[in-house]
Amino acid sequence: MATASLETRENRRAWGFVTPALLWTVAFFVIPFIVMAAMSLATRKGREIVMAWNFDNYIEFFEKAHLLKGLFVSLEITFTVTIISVILAYPLAWIIAERVPQKWQRMALIMAILPFWTSYVVRSYSWLLVLAQNGVINNTLVYLGVISEPLELASTRSATVIGFVHFFVMLLTLTIYANLVQMPPNYRRAAADLGANGFQVFWHVVLPLTLPGIMVGAFLTFVLCIGDYITPQILGGNNELALPQVIMLQLGRRADFPMAATLSIILMVVVTLAYIACARWLKMERT
Amino acid sequence: MSRHVSTGKTRNKFLSSTATFILGAVAMAQTAQATEELNALVWCDHTDPALIEPFEREYDVKVNLKEYEGTGAGLSIIEQSRPGDWDVFVIDGVDVHRAVEMGVLAEIPADALPTSDIFPEVVMAENNVVDGKTYAVTEKFGYNTISFDKTKVDPKDMEDMSVIWSDKYAGRIAVYDYYLPVIGLVGLGLGIDTADLGADDMPAIKEKLFAMKKVSKQVGEVVSSQTALATGEVDILVGGGEWITAVLSEEKPNLDWIIPKQGGLRWAQSIGVMKDSEKPDLALKFVQYIMSPEGQARLATSSCYWGMPANAKAGENLTDAQKAALRWDDQDGYLKNSQLYPIPDADLDAEMQDAWVEMLQQ
Repeated sequence: MATASLETRENRRAWGFVTPALLWTVAFFVIPFIVMAAMSLATRKGREIVMAWNFDNYIEFFEKAHLLKGLFVSLEITFTVTIISVILAYPLAWIIAERVPQKWQRMALIMAILPFWTSYVVRSYSWLLVLAQNGVINNTLVYLGVISEPLELASTRSATVIGFVHFFVMLLTLTIYANLVQMPPNYRRAAADLGANGFQVFWHVVLPLTLPGIMVGAFLTFVLCIGDYITPQILGGNNELALPQVIMLQLGRRADFPMAATLSIILMVVVTLAYIACARWLKMERT
Repeated sequence: MSRHVSTGKTRNKFLSSTATFILGAVAMAQTAQATEELNALVWCDHTDPALIEPFEREYDVKVNLKEYEGTGAGLSIIEQSRPGDWDVFVIDGVDVHRAVEMGVLAEIPADALPTSDIFPEVVMAENNVVDGKTYAVTEKFGYNTISFDKTKVDPKDMEDMSVIWSDKYAGRIAVYDYYLPVIGLVGLGLGIDTADLGADDMPAIKEKLFAMKKVSKQVGEVVSSQTALATGEVDILVGGGEWITAVLSEEKPNLDWIIPKQGGLRWAQSIGVMKDSEKPDLALKFVQYIMSPEGQARLATSSCYWGMPANAKAGENLTDAQKAALRWDDQDGYLKNSQLYPIPDADLDAEMQDAWVEMLQQ
């Protein structure tokens, strides 16, 4: 009897702690999501939005190549950015964790995340100036005689990727660094004692143990990159449209809220699939 | 002890300065409350303080400005607002009827406007007057045509619209990211008047849009297009005009614009009083100020973009250099060789926008 009463009290306490977060999630995620899902089943007729309760917008998305291409452009950019960011961030994190003296590590990390402190929009526009025909890179290359004509860097997919990578390398560096410094040095010593050379120690011991950090950083990069509107808009020169840009066109120019909601739901599905893949890999799934 | 005294002094100083700040803030808030407010939904040229501040000073009013792009976006903002939220509305001249049909605009007494001073071609009664009632007045106009750097391209080439999809300047062309005027320009290039542009013309227009995209370097909004032309990233801007180059006339005299032999698109923006405005008199005073020669000159040379003032008397308040940049003396010819934006119905509008996104994705 006393045990049951204690259990009830514990349950009430637990609900007391959970309820505010639950209400917050319901108010600011579940309800807006339901509204958005319902809106995606509506249709825009002329200037009016009619609740049609059908999947016409989803069918239209798959039928219209220019809408579908938005998703592929987003996926291509996101995978490219994630892979390049991991390749650049890992050595940087490793250098900070292993080669920089401990007393300077904090300073090195601050230096690494310094660009986080500037506005995202300003940073993107700054890249535009750097990559422009008369920008720093082209001027330097022309001055050094490496090229005779300026390269087409701005207003390209490469410019978008560069802008993204600059941002996400910092993020990945932090997650990988956190993994590296938590790894006991004994593991590497033990592997070396057993005859493993430097590469073997890295390949069989260090890399597998830091994969969670890589995966978490890569997932965050994926989510933030695929949903970003600003960087492709500023640096891409509208030469191709990523899915968030297509969504913005529906909202800003067509006032087609049902189609914008449909595209947003599709974007959410992609992010959810990425999360499931990541969670399964990290064995976080609750099955 | 001394430390204690010092801390006490510091605290007193802090408390007194905080009290002074709070009292000041309250006084400022009261002053702000005493001032009347006017809410205007406008294009970016109205946000120039040089235009708004003289009106605010004269009528002791705070003008709250919200800028928008594209009539669809403006009407959506109104739909999502409460009646009475907005007092003044600036709208594309060709869309005044849409706003009137939606019951957004109030009738303006015709004698309250300087109609006789407005360039006759831009009075546009067919747009601003519905069933004999005036709902808006043209305040500014200009052209969507071809802007270029005359030191880098042959100005003679710019006289033919087909240059925008030819290979001659491939990679040196920027396109203004607004489907209506650019589709209208492409239509003119194909010999289709904007008033006749229909769904049957879209396949041919799409083909030329795609060809234009192939030779263009970027498709961008106002700022990026202007920057690209000004910094030499591109040498030609499709959809540009005096509104892009005039504001840069002093710094970049190499930039020019032209109306090709096939013609150009004429844009015109109108201003009106909102039907549900709770301050219709003040809103009308604002419209009258904007339409006055002084207001018109300031609007014409707004820091956001320049354009011809609708009121011909504004010329008295513009310098010779400003008039030259606006091509004041050439307006007769330009007005004759330009057409208004296409006015698509909802279906054609959707088709045009699809074609535009398809072009962007090429």
